[in-house]
Amino acid sequence: MENKAALSAGERLIKSKQNRSLGELRGKILVTLCALIMITATVAVTIFLTVKGLQSFLVNHVSPIEFLTSTNWNPLADQPSYGALPFIFGSLAVTFLSALIAAPLGIGGAIFMTEIAPSWGRKVLQPVIELLVGIPSVVYGFIGLTVLVPFIREHGAGTGFSILAGTIVLSIMILPTITTIATDAMGALPSSLREGSLALGATRWQTIRKVLLPAALPSLLTAVVLGMARAFGEALAVQMVIGNVRNLPASLLDPSATLTTIITLNMGHTTYGSVENNTLWSMGLILLIISFIFILIVRYLSSRRKI
Amino acid sequence: MKKTKLLSFAALLILLIGILAACGSSNGEEQESNGSNETDQETDASQGSESESDEGSSEESASGSITISGSSAMQPLVAAAAEQFMSENPEADIQVNAGGSGTGLSEVSEGTVDIGNSDVFAEEKDGIPADELVDHKVAVVGMTAAVNPGVGIDDISKEDLKKVFTGEITNWSELGGEDVDITLVNRPDSSGTRATFVNFGLDGETPAEGVTEDSSNTVKQIVSETEGAIGYLAFSYFTDDSVTAMAIDGVEPTDENVQSGEFPIWAYQHSYTKGEAEGLAKTFLDYLMSDEVQTGLLPEQGYIASTKMQVERDAEGNQTDK
Repeated sequence: MENKAALSAGERLIKSKQNRSLGELRGKILVTLCALIMITATVAVTIFLTVKGLQSFLVNHVSPIEFLTSTNWNPLADQPSYGALPFIFGSLAVTFLSALIAAPLGIGGAIFMTEIAPSWGRKVLQPVIELLVGIPSVVYGFIGLTVLVPFIREHGAGTGFSILAGTIVLSIMILPTITTIATDAMGALPSSLREGSLALGATRWQTIRKVLLPAALPSLLTAVVLGMARAFGEALAVQMVIGNVRNLPASLLDPSATLTTIITLNMGHTTYGSVENNTLWSMGLILLIISFIFILIVRYLSSRRKI
Repeated sequence: MKKTKLLSFAALLILLIGILAACGSSNGEEQESNGSNETDQETDASQGSESESDEGSSEESASGSITISGSSAMQPLVAAAAEQFMSENPEADIQVNAGGSGTGLSEVSEGTVDIGNSDVFAEEKDGIPADELVDHKVAVVGMTAAVNPGVGIDDISKEDLKKVFTGEITNWSELGGEDVDITLVNRPDSSGTRATFVNFGLDGETPAEGVTEDSSNTVKQIVSETEGAIGYLAFSYFTDDSVTAMAIDGVEPTDENVQSGEFPIWAYQHSYTKGEAEGLAKTFLDYLMSDEVQTGLLPEQGYIASTKMQVERDAEGNQTDK
């Protein structure tokens, strides 16, 4: 303290400047470090998964074409066969079907919150949606198992374990993602759009349908794709209600399996380095590739955003 | 001001690193650093190891820490035993993780855990150097077909059981039960319970497709709720009337029948160590084989004492009288 007072004004100025540039440097290093760690982690995961995922093809000589196109999965038979097509199909089926249910609901909720009843609608819906996010997926699965599956069993055909059950559980799980992003997108539209449309004599519904929805479309699609990415990666809840059979399903009421459920079912029982274990990693690699595709779609859609 | 702040921050950092380093230190170091407490330890250890035969070595090694992983079917037993053991030997620290038999075998052969638990012989799994591992058959688990109480029968011949699981028989009325369709509930391909049931219940025949669930609890729930459902469960899951345990060829699924070798579907619960067990791992395995655990904790948890078995089985599945 005494030292400081003894310094002359000029020295103090120089010192504070030094301090400031030092602080600036420190902040820069800190933030760059964070970014570097994140990038390294992502790249490391990708490389690791690629190496592990290719092992079944390169080391165990499983045919990649058989892996992607055959419907016969039987790794423990005397003549093992590794066809993952039913699981890839199952994953894509539940993903698209759940998006089909959740997208209209989520976007509808977003319109309600931003256009119809912005004040009290948000107050009611927002906490409901936040609540949905907080429920762990195992709970969704458990509810699906105890409520949904018996319901489908009694009112439909078969055992109740079905693509339908998986789809319903997933669409509830991805609803918050879609609703939140869609609400932000709708809320971010400039009010000049609404005012202009209303001034021209359009009704509220006409404004929403002809002006606001098209304007927000790229962001809304981003919301749906992000929801689908979440559905695609979900394992636990789906595993409990989908039945996990290795046949290609013929109808909505048939049981099926997804890539993630097969991985979680078998990961713990197989030993590292064995063919069964390596094929599970290959499925992980397929999941990674498809989620990359989802991200590319999102990037493309957001680059098209005009407003 | 700034300097003192920086100084205290640095001090905190050093303290933190110190703590981390202490936590991460290997067993050997910990044992050394605990040297001053040796007298306490010895009294604790001797209290805990009264029933043990090998008192000399256990007294020295009832401290330190080991990790155990593997078979989720064994996890409750080993965790309960570890808890009892630690309450008797406060210097010992035993971490028990689940993760599956494959994980247990992989990790113990890689040396990442001290004991790896498995439902199956190490010889049966690919990529495991079985000759490097030492098998400790801690317990035996009996399994049988579990059916929905509504199917109307509780005894099935092995031939019929095979026909049910291979899809040849599709309605319980064909076996004299109610007129309901059969729904199969399987475990995943690589599950140890499935392997045991397929080997000794179905004589190796591959089950037809059916609902597949990873956890025995889920299997039990599905069987209890689905009309005409059949799955397979360890004896310990038959705690209430929600599912019926099937007798096979007229032999009731009881611990006694498994011990005498009459009931065919059972498996060892193996604890593997890499090389001969030593130190705390050995003390703990001795404790698992002690009368205290074998006749007390094991039956309580629904397992069968391996020391009471009148038959034994090798990795190829051949059963011989002891």
